[in-house]
Amino acid sequence: MALLDVEDLSVVFARRGQRTVRAVDGVDFTIDAGQVVGLVGESGCGKSVTSLAVMGLLPKGSGVRVGGKAVFDGTDLLRMDARAMRDIRGRDIAMIFQDPLSSLNPVVPIGVQVTEVLARHRGLDGEKARKEAAHLLDRVGIPDPQRRLKEYPHQLSGGMRQRALIAMAVACQPRMLIADEPTTALDVTIQAQILELLKDLVHESGTALLMITHDLGVVAGLCDVINVLYAGKVVETAYRHELFAVPRHPYTVGLLGSIPRLDAVRGEKLTPIRGSVRDLLPWAEGCAFAPRCFRRVEACLAGTPALVEMVGGREHRYRCVNPTPLAGSPEEAREADSQKARSDRGEPAPGQAAPGEAAPGEAAPQAEEKV
Amino acid sequence: MTILSPGRKIEKLDRLAELAAARSDEQGQSLWREAFKRVRRNPAAIAGAVVLLLFVLIAVFGPFFVPYSPTDAVGIRNGEVASGAGRIPGPSAEHWLGYDHQGRDELSRMIVGARQTLLVGVVATLLGLAVGSLLGALAGAAYGLAGRWGRRLDSVLMRLVDMLLAMPSLLLAVSIAALLGPSLITVMIAVGVISIPIFARLLRGSMIAQANSDYVLAATSLGVRRRRIALSHVLPNSLGPVLVQATLTLATAIIEAAALSFLGLGNPNSETPEWGVMLADAQSYLEANAGLAFYPAIGIIITALGFTLLGEAMREALDPKLNR
Repeated sequence: MALLDVEDLSVVFARRGQRTVRAVDGVDFTIDAGQVVGLVGESGCGKSVTSLAVMGLLPKGSGVRVGGKAVFDGTDLLRMDARAMRDIRGRDIAMIFQDPLSSLNPVVPIGVQVTEVLARHRGLDGEKARKEAAHLLDRVGIPDPQRRLKEYPHQLSGGMRQRALIAMAVACQPRMLIADEPTTALDVTIQAQILELLKDLVHESGTALLMITHDLGVVAGLCDVINVLYAGKVVETAYRHELFAVPRHPYTVGLLGSIPRLDAVRGEKLTPIRGSVRDLLPWAEGCAFAPRCFRRVEACLAGTPALVEMVGGREHRYRCVNPTPLAGSPEEAREADSQKARSDRGEPAPGQAAPGEAAPGEAAPQAEEKV
Repeated sequence: MTILSPGRKIEKLDRLAELAAARSDEQGQSLWREAFKRVRRNPAAIAGAVVLLLFVLIAVFGPFFVPYSPTDAVGIRNGEVASGAGRIPGPSAEHWLGYDHQGRDELSRMIVGARQTLLVGVVATLLGLAVGSLLGALAGAAYGLAGRWGRRLDSVLMRLVDMLLAMPSLLLAVSIAALLGPSLITVMIAVGVISIPIFARLLRGSMIAQANSDYVLAATSLGVRRRRIALSHVLPNSLGPVLVQATLTLATAIIEAAALSFLGLGNPNSETPEWGVMLADAQSYLEANAGLAFYPAIGIIITALGFTLLGEAMREALDPKLNR
């Protein structure tokens, strides 16, 4: 059984006098013990809100409605009372946030902040807690931990701050760790170090990790299973290799296609996904990605597309009525031919809103290159 | 003293709390060091600090070195003063500020009066700070961290505080002083009470702003108890604007204490010199010696100015909009 089973999770922000926002709209995913699962999507797709909802950290009673289930080890976290939830937080599930500077209290020394978790969940105090805190800092690769414990957050470098936060998160050997864009605020070399550290910690301790990020590069090196989120719904779920090899949802294809590539020709333009995450359709009326999609067909606007299990895939599911064809399949060849013929004639591809844009034509061949 | 409507007052306090919160978020601990640096570069702040230092030195040590006893009617004994006849001599070599209407040495009375003024100002401010901070911390912690129940408690507390804030402060102080009967303690309590709502509002706003910060979320995500979050995370980060306000309040406290004494609500025993009382006494003898009104007035103005200059400089140093 999965360690965490999130089922039909929804979060609705309904503030008086403001537009009701369905930030998370029926998200399903599972995490097994010791597994690293990625939750990927662009800003505003509901990644962070999902993690906050699972942790019970969304503000209560101020127009925030959380629905669905998040079953952790047999109990539904969403229905747990606040007191029990506080016991679970930090002990069984811990979280690492995006901005290490603001996530640490500026006027409290690092040592106090680490030992307070130890005191809360492991009943350690005094010399014992200090020793353990120093050990933890050492474990996450902070040199000279004794000295660092006495220092304030602003005296540490960005990478070291994130390490300290990770130390606090793993202090009680939680069974699951949620990392919400843990490397976004760090520069690239530090990013790699932090990811390496997370990978090591997860492998050593068997902790499950939910990795929330907008960076496919991050998940590529770390995650076993990847969930691609769009407008509050999972649009594609697959094992890492499979997702990168045979992405089926046009959004996933677009995300992969928009990554700058080292082997690209100099001066070549990046391939964006048209529009922005705001141009969405309510899921009830069809596929939310349809307004931006280069493979849009009539059927896209006929209600929420179902999650389809890919034939021959290994737990590969996508939510699309007109998925990107598999490389080498007959339909792929047919489409490529007709597209080529059309572009030779200077005609736009079907479903393309703005004629003359190069995006669809480029995105499709790129997917085929990858294979 | 600027007169603001209650609504404006509340707005101003909440804004100050927000500003300080915004700044401490981005700067962390170095905020104070940087603010201090900025205060030091501000000539007005230096002037204020120098004035205050002088004032405090005089108030603390002056009474040990006064040339005459402040209650000894030297002038009457040696026949130089006859206030009934309008004869109150001004400054001379022996008596630098002359005599008061009862033939006592004016300089000695000014010096001893400085101590009284400082005492009243500090005690009143501490009283307001203590009670106000307690209320504000309770309301702020309840609002920021204790869910729906907390919001209710906060509403109740804040409406009480707003009631205090809505009344013109001097009127309120006079009423309290009239109720308790004239004494030095009365003045301290009255002036203290009128500063309670300011501190309460400010600390509450500041704590609520801090309660939304990332480090509170992070601590919550680690299961840290709410009481601990309130006391050891939110509170220490929220005290900045309150301490600035305390400096500014000292200025108004001194002015208000003097006003109450002037109105006869202070120490009824005019033997103990107090600037407000001295000012009131001087009224009847303006023709004989206008200086008697001048000295205590200047004393009050200069000290209040000192606290205001320093306080405003501190506030500016904490204001992100005035970043230089």
